[in-house]
Amino acid sequence: MALVEIRNVQKSFGSLKVLHDVSLSIEEGEIVTIIGRSGSGKSTLLRCINALEEIDGGEILIEGQKVYGKMPNLKELRQRVGIVFQSFNLFPHLKVERNITLAPVLTGRVSKKDARDLALSCLAKVGLQEKIDSYPEQLSGGQQQRVAIARCLAMSPHLMLFDEVTSALDPELVGEVLKVMEDMARQGMTMILVTHEMGFARNVATKIVFMHQGRVWEEGPPAELFENPKTPELQAFIGSTRQV
Amino acid sequence: MRQFSMIDFVALTTALQYTVLLVILALAFGTPLALLMALLRTSRAAIPRWATAFVLQLVQGIPLLALLMFFYFGLPVFLGVQIPPLVAVTVAFTIYTAVFLGEIWRGGIEAVKQTQWEAAASLGISRWQQFRYVIAPQAMKIALPATVGFLVQLIKGTSLAAVVGFVELTRAGQLVSAATFQPLLVYSVVAAVYFAICFPLTLWSRNLEARLNGSR
Repeated sequence: MALVEIRNVQKSFGSLKVLHDVSLSIEEGEIVTIIGRSGSGKSTLLRCINALEEIDGGEILIEGQKVYGKMPNLKELRQRVGIVFQSFNLFPHLKVERNITLAPVLTGRVSKKDARDLALSCLAKVGLQEKIDSYPEQLSGGQQQRVAIARCLAMSPHLMLFDEVTSALDPELVGEVLKVMEDMARQGMTMILVTHEMGFARNVATKIVFMHQGRVWEEGPPAELFENPKTPELQAFIGSTRQV
Repeated sequence: MRQFSMIDFVALTTALQYTVLLVILALAFGTPLALLMALLRTSRAAIPRWATAFVLQLVQGIPLLALLMFFYFGLPVFLGVQIPPLVAVTVAFTIYTAVFLGEIWRGGIEAVKQTQWEAAASLGISRWQQFRYVIAPQAMKIALPATVGFLVQLIKGTSLAAVVGFVELTRAGQLVSAATFQPLLVYSVVAAVYFAICFPLTLWSRNLEARLNGSR
């Protein structure tokens, strides 16, 4: 059974239809990269997976469990599915340690006594142990994003979603975040990411999904998609990213 | 007729205790209701939002003085029993506090970015925990200067309780003035007492605003 099963998902914002009949299946351990132009529905699809957006039709199953906005065990689902946002969204009034341990402590995953150790071990994975007592505003964008990743890892998710996590970063800070993500990929984390980092998509992903006008236009292994794009839209998209 | 003396000054300061008592009662009953108002006004469900918006419009459109008179003079006509002044004014000031402070806090809650709710929700904590640990501390910081500002309004507003015969600072001033025939002196003292309480609070509010604006 696939870890994530997306079947014929429909989603509209008012009269604007952003997802048309999207179906996708993601196995455990896969690194799926969703690419496409702005407005192609990539981020919306990602946000539907942990019910930050409600779908209008079709269904999404995670570990066989149907996902919808008012599901009784939504909290429990979100503990298994982590998401990292473009704008980091750390809690500005809390130190790094508390940012990471807030949810694990509140959900009873870790005792208050062991919380700091949990924070340290998660920070070690993103190489920021020395920042445990800092406030988010004292960190660079790249460091904040790494803390946001550590905050997700603290919940030991089965699946992680990355929503354009490097898009808000200065170019010289992108590398440190991508490196953390590569490490996670190597350790077998199942990841779905929306990104404009074509190099990362090509080298790390096990599957590329190209979205266009709210549809899955093409999908397959990176080598195949990048070397032999079948549709003119993907050819044009790859062409436009090469020029940059 | 007699001179304004130490006795009158003691009378005024004793009455000041009732002003303080009114403020404390209004805050004690009003702040939990204000929090409830703020939560309902920012609720995702439409009905509580509309219901509280209606209450807000109603109370915002009525002078505090009229509210006081309604509870002291008006309501007993319906109920057929006399309401003690303390109860009537406490009810009126509680409603006043709940509505206006609730509105200030709603503003604070809405000033916290929606993405903070999302980030907290995505970690699998309950809606209440999202509010309690992520939204409320940030909202409180934003709303604190305005909250202290409201406190000043409330302290001055308690003077209206004088019209229903509740002996707080202003009513005591009226009584002393009538006994001494020295309204200028008496009301100056009364004004000075209000000022002595409110001015530091205003300064504090300003100071908070300057300090909290810088860092968030």
